[in-house]
This record gives sequence, C-alpha cells and structure tokens, in this order.
Amino acid sequence: MGIWLMGIYVFVLAMFVGFELIRKIPPTLHTPLMSGANAISGITLIGAILVVGEGSGGWVTALGIAAVVFATINVVGGFLVTDRMLRMFRRKD
Amino acid sequence: MPPMLLELAYILSAFLFILGLKRLGSPATAPAGNSMAAAAMLIAVVATLLDRQVVSYAGIAGGIVGGAIVGTILARRVQMTAMPQLVAVFNGFGGGASALVASAELIRQTGMEPGIAGGIAAGVGILVGTVTFSGSVIAWGKLQGVITQRPVLFPLQRVVSFLLFAALVAGVILLAAGPVDPLLVLAMAGAALLLGILLVVPIGGADMPVVVSLLNSYSGLAASAAGFVLGNALLILAGALVGAAGLILTQLMCRAMNRSLANVAFGAFGGVDTTVGQDGPARTARSTTAEEAAPLLGHASRVAIIPGYGLAVAQAQHEVKKLVSNLEERGVEVYFAIHPVAGRMPGHMNVLLAEADIPYELLLDLDDANDQMPRTDVAIVVGANDVVNPEARNPASAIAGMPIVEVDRATTVVVIKRSLSTGFAGIDNPLFYKNRTMMLFADAKVAMADLAREVREV
Repeated sequence: MGIWLMGIYVFVLAMFVGFELIRKIPPTLHTPLMSGANAISGITLIGAILVVGEGSGGWVTALGIAAVVFATINVVGGFLVTDRMLRMFRRKD
Repeated sequence: MPPMLLELAYILSAFLFILGLKRLGSPATAPAGNSMAAAAMLIAVVATLLDRQVVSYAGIAGGIVGGAIVGTILARRVQMTAMPQLVAVFNGFGGGASALVASAELIRQTGMEPGIAGGIAAGVGILVGTVTFSGSVIAWGKLQGVITQRPVLFPLQRVVSFLLFAALVAGVILLAAGPVDPLLVLAMAGAALLLGILLVVPIGGADMPVVVSLLNSYSGLAASAAGFVLGNALLILAGALVGAAGLILTQLMCRAMNRSLANVAFGAFGGVDTTVGQDGPARTARSTTAEEAAPLLGHASRVAIIPGYGLAVAQAQHEVKKLVSNLEERGVEVYFAIHPVAGRMPGHMNVLLAEADIPYELLLDLDDANDQMPRTDVAIVVGANDVVNPEARNPASAIAGMPIVEVDRATTVVVIKRSLSTGFAGIDNPLFYKNRTMMLFADAKVAMADLAREVREV
C-alpha cells in the first residue's frame, strides 16, 4: 500500500474519530474545545521544524522559520489560553 | 533518534491527542485533557527535533523562542470578551504556518516534479492555509471593531471570488502536472490571500460564530494537507481531528440560526434593513425602572436570565453575578438560558459567565431552558435581541424557523436594552410591545447593578 493511500486511511478515520468525540461535548465547553483544538492544529510545527532542520538555506529556510514562529504562537498561545479558561470552570469550594 | 523510535513517539502523541480531546468533553476532566494534548504536542516536537533529518538548530530555536513569547503574551493578556478575536488570530497563524510549510517544500523542489499527489497536496495546503490566514485576519478585524461589522459588498463579488477559486484550482493542477516554478507558488499564495479576504468581508458580525468555527476547521485541514506533503501521518491525523471539530461546531452554529452554510457565506445577513411589520398601528412599549422591577424579582420563585452579546460589551458579568447571589439569598431559583449564538463564538457566553464565578450548573441550553420557561415568573433579557424574537415563528420573517429562547412563555419579561432599536438581523422585535413585557432602558451594567441593589431592599 502506497504512502498516499495510507495517508487517506488515516485522514478519513481521524475525521470519524473527531466527529464522534466532539458531537457529545456540551455547549458550555465549546469555546475551550475550539481553542484547544486550535492549539492541536499547530501540529504543523513539526512540519516546520523538519523544513528548517534540513538546513537547505535561502527561501526554503526563511519560509520555514516563519512557519516555526507562526505555529509556535498557535501552539503555546492556544494551550495556555485554553488552560486559563478551563480554570474558570473549576468549582470554587 | 532511529526512525522506529520516532514513529513510536508519534503514535504515542496521536494517542494522547485523541484522549485529550475526549477529556475536553466534561468540565471536570477538561483541564487534564488540555494538559494531555499539550503533552502530546511536546512529545511530537521533541521527537522531531531528535530526528536524523534535522541538522540545523539555530533557526528552529529562534523561531520557537520568538513564537512562544508572543503566544504567551497574547494568551495571558486577552480579556474573555475578546476570546473570539484571539481564537481567530491563532487559527490564522496555524493556517499560515501550514501554507508556509507547503510552500517551502515546493520551493525546495524547484525545477523538480512533485508528482500528482505531491502537487495536489501542496497546492491544497497553500490554498486552504492561506485562505485561513487572510480570512482570520479579516474576522479578527470585524470582531475587534477595526473593520465594519456590517457585510461589505461590491458588484460582481461572487464572480470575482469564483474566478479566483477557479484560478487556484488551475494552479493546483499545474503544480501536479509539471516542474515546480516558485513564481507559480507565489501567485497562488497571492490569489489565496485575496480569496480569504473576499470570503469573509461579506459576512455580518452576528454570523461570526460560524466564521470562526469554519476557519478553525480549515486550519486543521491545512495541517492535514501539510502532512500529506511531508508524508507525516501525525500531521494528517491531528489536522483531521481539528477539521472534524470545526465542522461540527460550524454545523451546530448554522442550525442554531436555522440557516445553511451557503446562506451564511453569501446571504449578507444584517446588511439590508428589512422593515417587517413597520406599517401596523403605532405600538407602545411599557417602560419600567429598576425600583419597579426589583419587587417582581424579589418575590418570584423562579427567574431566568437570558444573556446576549450586549452583556459582554457592557462588561456586566460581575453585576449579573451580584444579582444572582442576592436573589439566591432570598430563596429565588435562578437559571441562565444560553442560546448557542448568544456570543461571538460557540460557547462564548458560558466562558464569560464562568469568569464571573457563575456555576456552570446554572447555565441551561436552549431546549432545557425552554422546558423551564412556562414555570418561570420573570425572564430577564439582557443585551440580547434576535435570539428572543418571537418573529422567528412567523414564516414570512427573515429569521423564520430560528430556534429562540421562548421568553414570551414566562409570566413576565423584563428586557434591559438601551433603546428599541433592532438587533443584528435588522428586524423589529414584537416582544418589546407585549403586555407582559417591561422595557428597562439602560446600559446593561448599570441596570444589573441597580437591580442587584434594589432586590436587597424589597
């Protein structure tokens, strides 16, 4: 089986898992869910690291570094702000 | 790190992402779920840094430090009312990063053949990622008030958007067909930037929950496309999870307004002044004061509060909390009826009320709240309009069929609003003129503080 076909399998199955997981989440948590999911989409950071890490230089590296900056903002900011919100949902006893 | 170990780290990471998302599903486990997803990300990043292909670290280190500083500052400083803007910005950065990764991969292969699958994946990555980026910038501008919240329309807008999209599809085919030309990559990025702007400017402010959800989905799909470009299963998987999450929320938001996605995207809702029912006999609304309304609340056994975006704008969450505490001290049962599109993103109102320490058990969703409404003595509408408009039951209305909080089934309704003006949908609200409705014309924050004080003196 080619790598592309494999990729499509992963994509389709992950979409199903995503649908099933998120369908049941109560509206109260929709905002933190969205910002948490958003942070996960920053996974593209590992792609950016691979691009820069090859050290090809020139435009490739420049674009890659910009991608690292963008993706890191997404990842770090996303997880932190989600955590900040979720703390507010904790019951204060 | 040997390739086998790297793959194992990625599998562990994928496992933790899924488990983390699952735990985000209940308030008790959600903080742990978020930490789990963050740990998954850390594992994936560290494993990638140890990958054999990675030989140059300076650029990566600089980029990560810079991005982490900016991300931390943004996350710490944001006010809860501005959360939709921040999520839009983060979506934009995520989508932009995926587009940059796809572009860089292509440019690295300048003059070479990326192949059909490789060309399509990279082209789609650039297209979706860049549209996410520029669309999110416009969404941020609208939410922040930098750009008008009204739909921006010009002649042939849809034609131009369609032509741009067709040109981009042609670009994807060219990428798949022949050797990589960096100029083509640049042209596609430019066209996609423009397309993202054109797709979001015609959408009105009240429809932002749909836009933010959809851009969230796109940022995930762009990451998946980048995963196909690099042949990386973890990127494909995590991106698809996010893509699915965003699509579900988009669907929920559309359903909450009884509108199709196409109608939200192209309907320019709230742009035209639809003057329905303006020709009838002059109607009078009954005006009231906090002193007059307080005894009603104080002697009620059950009170509903229906918050809208106006409450967030007025920053009245803490005053609402005071009113709730004072009512509960008197033995009045209070609950909140939260319409899915009450805020500017899915679940926004719940976060704002949580910030004011209002327990989430008091927040009822639309169906539960409507079940309670006939047994409710007073419904207080604060800063909301379209979501309580009984016109939604009128098949001829512009908001026909939109699920509403049925406050007119409560014994008495108190509407706190600055004037009788229409909401985002631009249609008149007959609720304001009903016999059992009292209008408290005031700023939400002032009115809530006054009510909280007066209730103590009943």
